[in-house]
Amino acid sequence: MIAIDSIHRTALTLMSKAAIEIPDDYLDGLRRAADAEDGDLSAFVLQAMLENYDAAKEDGRAMCGDTGCPRWYVKLANEAQVEGGPVALEQALRRATADATHNIPLRPNRVHPLWRTDHDNNVGIAAPEIEVAFEPDGDWIDLTTVHKGGLFGTDYRMLFPSDGIEGIKRFYLDSLVAFGKRGLACQPAIIGIGLGGSKDACMVLGKRAACLRTVGDRNPDPKIAALEREFIDLGNSIGMGAMGFVGKSMVVDCHIEVGYCHTGGMQMSVHAFCLSSRRACARLYGDGRVEYRTDPMWFTPYQRRETVEWPPAAVVAAVA
Amino acid sequence: MKKVRLSTSPDRAALAALSLGDVVYLDGTVYTAREGVYRRVVEDGEALPLDLPAESGTNFHCSPAATVEPDGSYRVGAVTATASFRFSKWIGPWLERSGATLILGKGGMNPEDYRNHFVRNGAVYLTTVGYGTGALLGRGIRRVKDVHWREELGLAQAVWVVEVENFGPFLVESDLAGDSLFERENAKIAAGLDRVYEGTRPAVMKRFGETDDRRDEMI
Repeated sequence: MIAIDSIHRTALTLMSKAAIEIPDDYLDGLRRAADAEDGDLSAFVLQAMLENYDAAKEDGRAMCGDTGCPRWYVKLANEAQVEGGPVALEQALRRATADATHNIPLRPNRVHPLWRTDHDNNVGIAAPEIEVAFEPDGDWIDLTTVHKGGLFGTDYRMLFPSDGIEGIKRFYLDSLVAFGKRGLACQPAIIGIGLGGSKDACMVLGKRAACLRTVGDRNPDPKIAALEREFIDLGNSIGMGAMGFVGKSMVVDCHIEVGYCHTGGMQMSVHAFCLSSRRACARLYGDGRVEYRTDPMWFTPYQRRETVEWPPAAVVAAVA
Repeated sequence: MKKVRLSTSPDRAALAALSLGDVVYLDGTVYTAREGVYRRVVEDGEALPLDLPAESGTNFHCSPAATVEPDGSYRVGAVTATASFRFSKWIGPWLERSGATLILGKGGMNPEDYRNHFVRNGAVYLTTVGYGTGALLGRGIRRVKDVHWREELGLAQAVWVVEVENFGPFLVESDLAGDSLFERENAKIAAGLDRVYEGTRPAVMKRFGETDDRRDEMI
């Protein structure tokens, strides 16, 4: 049984970590981008960002003043039991979001879309989003919080099979060029692409690809992995760097996730995470242990299963 | 790149000395005002809640990550600008009412705004860097002097009056002539885009915006 107090406490810590500590995988990626950047202005921006991460950690201050829209990804292993059940879990995450907004502090970004009502705590109708998935084998739950920006850097388009890879590349470039001007995508960023599904599923896949996979991670389908590599180079060849200044650092990594779609369509979504790539995760076990990490490990063989059955994790690891 | 220390109530000579792309650090007092404040002042004709530009000539497009303590004091963590081009419809009358000569924000404004409003009011736009040097900017904050319209507009939209020292970095995005750094960089990048797009193809079905002819087939 996982104690609800432990969930609340862990969630508070995760909110702080996400807001304040840059994940190592992204930091390494950005350092490589800074080393390679030869545009004066872009290079200055990347150097300022690297100093900013240090300042945030030293001062215990959020990296970015726009602390985004906090959201939660929860994964329940099949044998996990939560004190109070799933309703108590949701309540604990909402409470932690509100408490952390005050304590850290975070910016209270969430308002009613029409009446602009602001509870000053990032909690409201359908906020924070709490997405739940399951995993075979285990008595743990994984909590991941992502504080993604809420305004720019995301688009969707219904493409068709006849658009082909050329059409996918076109929409990818269109999105980066559009988001990148004036640096509204907060690039160089991890870019997530969703392909297939339905309109909503496509958006979800792309957003998870951007926010729940780490720099250097490749899709297990070798052809998709090759496309990911090609898209990193393509994005960095636009001639645009940080803040939309002349440069070559647009994409720190590109992750593509696919979902089966209607036979007549090829939905595509593009999502830019940001220069702060705020994500933090923890696994809470039934015996009370809590382990923190920055890799959400969301896309397991089970999450990407292709048919009714799924390959055991050990078999997939051996093949890879 | 040139580094400049600038007062938050700069005289015209100090503004005239700025060049696009200069790195600026500010000393003095800045206040936040964005759409909530603009709507009240420009559209509803409400009186300004502070004496402008006497108290400050620097309007920051920002909502701080800040909180109000039980004793009524304020605690500011990180601060980052919000995208300014959304405030285009108010900026002309706002510059006249507030007398602001420095606008701090994210991403700049439309070139027309610079030419039509900034030049006439002798104002210059400084952009934050990153985006997201919130922790560095937070270090430049000495204290919160006052918060106006907190009840009326909420923490995010309220007017935060903040004393700053060595507050930055910012980049000069527009100058007194109305020229824009982003516009200059966009033009340079646009020149190479045809080559980048080689080997791609427009989508088979168009969307609005790609055609303005409502009789076309679209999705």
